Amino acid sequence: MATKQGYDVVIIGGGPAGLTAGIYAARSRLKSLLVEKGATGGWIINAGVVENYPGFPEGINGLELANAMQQQATKFGLEMLTAEVTGLELKGEQKIVTTDEGSIAAKAVIFAGGSDRVKLGVPGEEEFTGRGVAYCAVCDGYFYRDVPVAVVGGGNAAMNEALELTKFASKVTVIHRRDELRATKILQERALAESKMEFLWNTVVEAIEGEDTVKRLKLKNVKSGEKSTLDISGIFVAVGFRPNTGYLKKVINLAGDGTIITNEKMETNVPGIFAAGDIRSASIRQVAGAVGDGAVAAIYAERYISGK
Amino acid sequence: MSKPVEVNDSNFDQMVLQSKTPVLVDFWAAWCGPCRMVALVVEELAGEYQGKVNMVKLNVDENPKTASQYGIMSIPTLLIFKNGAPVSNIVGFRPKAELKRSLDAVL
Repeated sequence: MATKQGYDVVIIGGGPAGLTAGIYAARSRLKSLLVEKGATGGWIINAGVVENYPGFPEGINGLELANAMQQQATKFGLEMLTAEVTGLELKGEQKIVTTDEGSIAAKAVIFAGGSDRVKLGVPGEEEFTGRGVAYCAVCDGYFYRDVPVAVVGGGNAAMNEALELTKFASKVTVIHRRDELRATKILQERALAESKMEFLWNTVVEAIEGEDTVKRLKLKNVKSGEKSTLDISGIFVAVGFRPNTGYLKKVINLAGDGTIITNEKMETNVPGIFAAGDIRSASIRQVAGAVGDGAVAAIYAERYISGK
Repeated sequence: MSKPVEVNDSNFDQMVLQSKTPVLVDFWAAWCGPCRMVALVVEELAGEYQGKVNMVKLNVDENPKTASQYGIMSIPTLLIFKNGAPVSNIVGFRPKAELKRSLDAVL
């Protein structure tokens, strides 16, 4: 496949960071292309309602917010390509992004590909995925009406999942390896006040068991070492996120957790390569933060290209 | 490009199980964001596999009978049917290249 030429900036990832970078780049009259492997929107399309993004006092549906951002970006001339990025090469000042739909050459690249959910990595998880093991309560809560479920994790994602599940399940047991939640205070208050929710502290899942579908979890208390069994019909995993950056290791500096190291201008160690949003080290994993990162990255990309 | 057709509980037998051509069924619902991602890929594949695989979609919210019959507990799920029986089960979003491999494997 021929290399697509002539782009000023290629943005990888169509979540809030990438779309905001796209809005700024397109308005700067940079020839800009956004590459996304699926639908635009990024992680927020898994969220029901986004409550903490300014300007929407009643909250806004994640899908709607994503659609609106995309419309805004393409209105100003951002081009979109559906493809999965597989590599990055440097040819002098040129950056060559390789994808399953061919290569793209550009003067600057902004990585805004976000991160993927981390799996638990326990026996039964792979086997029962889609048959009791789930990763998106907004998508799959519907299938767990009036049955007990568990949520693993103690951060914002886990509390959002657990609260969403209380709309459907008979009981939601949160299993967390620490003795306190990391989630933001307002989510903690809601979760702790919710009568359908129960908490198992200092506890980890050792195995997921069942027949056709999940029936029970084998648990272990990390403080006492005591083992137990919990009967449930579903387990929602929300233990963290990891960026998909393995293919960048040889080209730019990554932190130990795989996130991309940037300075306050969103610059990586390679001139003309930027990162924004959840893929970046020290990201706050919030839409508002991603949007800010995207704007900063696009503005400094424009300055890099124009030699300012 | 031929767009995926909506099927339902009442015509599932005729459209999917009785089909001479293999059928890919996209189980989805309006509230499911990742289903949108899968729908876009399935739409593209519908054109590329025209005549070889029929692409259809089934709304699990409106058609709970078929969804529960095939044990759907997570969406998006793609089931590929051949001669009236499911031969491949793909849960969650997968890149297009991977879906093509799954389709080619059953053809």
